[in-house]
Amino acid sequence: MPCQVRIPTPLQKFTGGAEAVTCEATSLPTLLVELTGRFPELKERLCEPDGRPRRFFNVYINDEDIRFLGGDNYQFAPTDEILILPSIAGGCN
Amino acid sequence: MSFGPYFERGLRCRDCGKQFPSQPVAGCDACFAPLEVIYDMEGIRRAVTPQQLGQRPETMWRYRELLPAGAEGAPERPVGGTPLLAAPRLAKALGVRELYIKNDAVNFPTLSFKDRVVAAALSKARVFGFKTVSCSSTGNLANALAAGAAAEGFEAVILTPADLEEAKIIGTLVYGARLLKFTGNYDQVNRLCAEIAQRHPWGIVNVNLRPFYAEGSKTVGYEIAEQLGWRLPGAVICPMAGGSLIGKIAKAFDDVQKLGWVTEAPVRICGAQATGCSPISLAVKEGRAEIQPQRPNTIARSLAIGNPADGFYAIRTIAQSGGWADDASDTEISEAMGLLAETEGIFGETAAGVTVAVARKLIQQGRVQTGAPIVLVITGNGLKTLDAVLPPSTPVPTLAPKIAEVEAYLASLGAGDANLTEAPLASVR
Repeated sequence: MPCQVRIPTPLQKFTGGAEAVTCEATSLPTLLVELTGRFPELKERLCEPDGRPRRFFNVYINDEDIRFLGGDNYQFAPTDEILILPSIAGGCN
Repeated sequence: MSFGPYFERGLRCRDCGKQFPSQPVAGCDACFAPLEVIYDMEGIRRAVTPQQLGQRPETMWRYRELLPAGAEGAPERPVGGTPLLAAPRLAKALGVRELYIKNDAVNFPTLSFKDRVVAAALSKARVFGFKTVSCSSTGNLANALAAGAAAEGFEAVILTPADLEEAKIIGTLVYGARLLKFTGNYDQVNRLCAEIAQRHPWGIVNVNLRPFYAEGSKTVGYEIAEQLGWRLPGAVICPMAGGSLIGKIAKAFDDVQKLGWVTEAPVRICGAQATGCSPISLAVKEGRAEIQPQRPNTIARSLAIGNPADGFYAIRTIAQSGGWADDASDTEISEAMGLLAETEGIFGETAAGVTVAVARKLIQQGRVQTGAPIVLVITGNGLKTLDAVLPPSTPVPTLAPKIAEVEAYLASLGAGDANLTEAPLASVR
């Protein structure tokens, strides 16, 4: 089932300006694979060279930190709103 | 009073090293890691000596060459320059030889160390032309920003969790700031601020002004070194919320060694948290490099940050310095607030209780006794957290105003109160 992923402002230039993207992935690891596959410039920003997610961004499911929901093991529900946010975001263009 | 040029040279990513010109942004656009302000340290070394610093007023601006570049003619309020007090009675109670208290509980103007980081942030907000400043806060930052914004002519919008102590709410509203309270905890409010920063032209001091804001904390470290006679302590015990202060104190000690202002010496940087919100101390004790976030549950509401933004760096600073971290229960925290007040006459808030209670544990573990002084960083005033103070061990009597009642009361006291009946050397008529 498709889910909505909100993209933080600093990364929207790599998604063609899209503030939200619809994805088919069902968990965080597969979401990262899908996003970086569709938008290759995101890979360097979101992932370490070995593919693990970078330390300084957080993922929220319906405003809850995904680490409280099981992290990589959490299975997305169809109505979940997924937010990717730098852990210390900032800057208004 | 003008002291000459600034030595700020912009921003640098703490992870990938990418550099940026000075601007209101908190994170690296390449890797999202936090940014820090960089300086021309060689230029500072040539420009100023500790002897020259010694001639300046005793405020945080004494160290202005080591702070971000401000606007010409900007106000320099008398923030910082708080006492470093020898604490022999607390030292004896804790079983150590030489203990000092860095007392930001009396900082100007709102009685916490946050006055320093606000002063640094507002200096930069002025340079960037912000008219409105903002923050997410567990309380002390709200007070400090509200006061600083009023004094320096900014609008302030302040966001806090709804369960904030009454004293901290009143202590924010009184300055005319706009306060928004939110259901949920600080971490949720902080996340919201990150989203707000992307949409509104506000100087959010702990988000898009964060690198400049954080620099204010270094002045705690510079002052400790100077007040010890340009000497480094053997260990510092510092409370941790977001994890920024402890790292900046360590940075300050590095700076004064690089500048040759002190003899190089190792300092054990130690952190203190509440057991009910201990993501950093648990990571240190379990030997993990990464934070596992928690949902906070502690009376130490000023430290109730379950997802500390600088937690990763705090762990690293502690580990690299040979320091340690521990945490204290709510009961231990309240008791330690009482111990600090009763031994040294200092009324610190819950974070101070955390620091003293953890100091006791670290001393028992033998982690801070190096032969050089131990410094406890007291970050806020107890008047702001009255609900955490334990009631007195004996009830307070209410007597009729008759001498017989006083005599009866004194007669009822035990041997432990002999001081009350002991006559001075000159006899009392």
